[in-house]
Amino acid sequence: MDNLLPKNITNTIDHWIQKFPQGKQRSAIIAALHAVQHHNNGFLTNDLLNQVAEYINIPKMNVYEVATFYSMFQTQPVGKHEIAVCNNISCMLRGSDEIISHIENKLNISLGESTSDDNIFLKKEEECLAACTGAPMMMVDHVYIENLTIEKVDEVLERLKKNND
Amino acid sequence: MTEINKVIFSNHEDAASASIEKYISSGGYSAWKKIIQSSDQTKAREYIINEVKASGLRGRGGAGFPTGKKWSFMPNSGKQQYIVCNSDESEPGTCHDREILQRNPHALIEGMAIGGFAINATVGYNYVRGEFIGDCYPQIEKSLEEAYEYGLLGKNILSSSINFDLYNYLGAGAYICGEETGLLESLEGKQGKPRFKPPFPANYGLYGAPTTVNNTQTLATIPKIIEKGAEWYSSMGTEKSPGTIIFSVSGHINKPGNYELPLGISFNELMDISGGIIDGKKLKAVIPGGSSTKVLPADIISKCTMDYESLEEAGSALGTGAVVVMAEGTCMVEMLKRISRFYYAESCGQCTPCREGTGWLYRILLRITEGRGQETDINLLIDVANRIEGNTICAFGDASAWPVQSFLHHYFEEFEFMIKNKGKSKAA
Repeated sequence: MDNLLPKNITNTIDHWIQKFPQGKQRSAIIAALHAVQHHNNGFLTNDLLNQVAEYINIPKMNVYEVATFYSMFQTQPVGKHEIAVCNNISCMLRGSDEIISHIENKLNISLGESTSDDNIFLKKEEECLAACTGAPMMMVDHVYIENLTIEKVDEVLERLKKNND
Repeated sequence: MTEINKVIFSNHEDAASASIEKYISSGGYSAWKKIIQSSDQTKAREYIINEVKASGLRGRGGAGFPTGKKWSFMPNSGKQQYIVCNSDESEPGTCHDREILQRNPHALIEGMAIGGFAINATVGYNYVRGEFIGDCYPQIEKSLEEAYEYGLLGKNILSSSINFDLYNYLGAGAYICGEETGLLESLEGKQGKPRFKPPFPANYGLYGAPTTVNNTQTLATIPKIIEKGAEWYSSMGTEKSPGTIIFSVSGHINKPGNYELPLGISFNELMDISGGIIDGKKLKAVIPGGSSTKVLPADIISKCTMDYESLEEAGSALGTGAVVVMAEGTCMVEMLKRISRFYYAESCGQCTPCREGTGWLYRILLRITEGRGQETDINLLIDVANRIEGNTICAFGDASAWPVQSFLHHYFEEFEFMIKNKGKSKAA
């Protein structure tokens, strides 16, 4: 198997392992998967999961369990840029449904899908993202954007389109 | 008018409030240094726990358990013990811990150090929700480094015999990890499935060692209580609910925001502080403490004061202090559907009543809003909710049932109307 984990990733994993007591390196799985997923343009593959397990020295199943439990991990290929629009109660009361419809129409995809050029992934966001006083809000490539308007959303979409390399 | 931002947000006006210099210049870390310099560590521990007990501080993560009492459960096992901060903020409507991490991170770090010392924990973990990875996580990481650079954390702190190492941890998106034993499982690198209790974390916590889990806001309150005294803290608020709490006010409100206020403030004053209802509309209903607490109609909440006792008497709870405001015209069936979808998506799946029941609740509500509701659906919703409540390992099951019970209790006619009229909303 090719080595899929470059030095900067294994350095990150090492940094996390040293936060935990000797023998408790399993605690570093989540952080390792964040790093690996980021490096792999936003999603995880079985090969990557296996290599994380091997590097941390834990059973593969431990890594699979984590990768499939947490909503931030994508185990299927998705678009490079991730948009997650919060539509829990506080955002819903301030128009998040209209924001989502607008993005769906503009990108010609539905929640949970990626654009055909694999540039943008519109995540099915069901959690509350804890920015309720700035509703409606969305998270774009891990950056919170609050007090959304249609104009603000359009600016972001334009920026992401230009950033398709 | 009631003064705002007296304790945790006392440095809030300052744009650079997160910096360690600013924190120290306003009295920050003085409580921790005093503890480090104390000649008798056993007495210092007793003093801290007694002050926290006397302050009346209760856990601000939602359950409201007295903090000093929780700390007193910790043994001195002679083994490695842990203090863990729950910064996995994800109760819908709640966003004050995020603001603490961004704006006053050193209050949390100092609070964890003091708490760790009091409960014989020399290692602490701050479990930050995964979605904060690019938002407030970089700030709390930077602040942690600063605290080390200033010699306030680590081994033999300021040449004393006291050790305290603190680490930030990142989750990866799972509401259930806000449940303290789910959080510990996640911190061990597993799925965040809550554990059976007992044993409680004080006996069997992280890696099986004695552990206490406290919420971000709770721990960030500690330094000021030790610095200024329990009497000072408990002079704010009411006799039974002393101190301050940060309300996250969201929804149909003119000035949504996080407001730190004394407990016991009237609901109406909280609305005034938050700028009143949008577009001059009338208030319809409020979820007073995050989506897991029961909804209260305007006429009931308007008579309440915002504290543990008053809201409990009114049939709801203070919860996380997340006040979700709904104006007239809000469709309560749609609101409940959204809440139920959330619990359906976030159920960890280990208890059958919750895993299956939350799906039933959501699907029934979905068909009602799509005009396919049946007359028997209301009773079915109540039946399913009652079968979840009390029958699961953790409180998530109850939290999924309470909204259903309370929305149906107060807004029965809206559900009935929508079923009869094939999906048409009575509120619109």
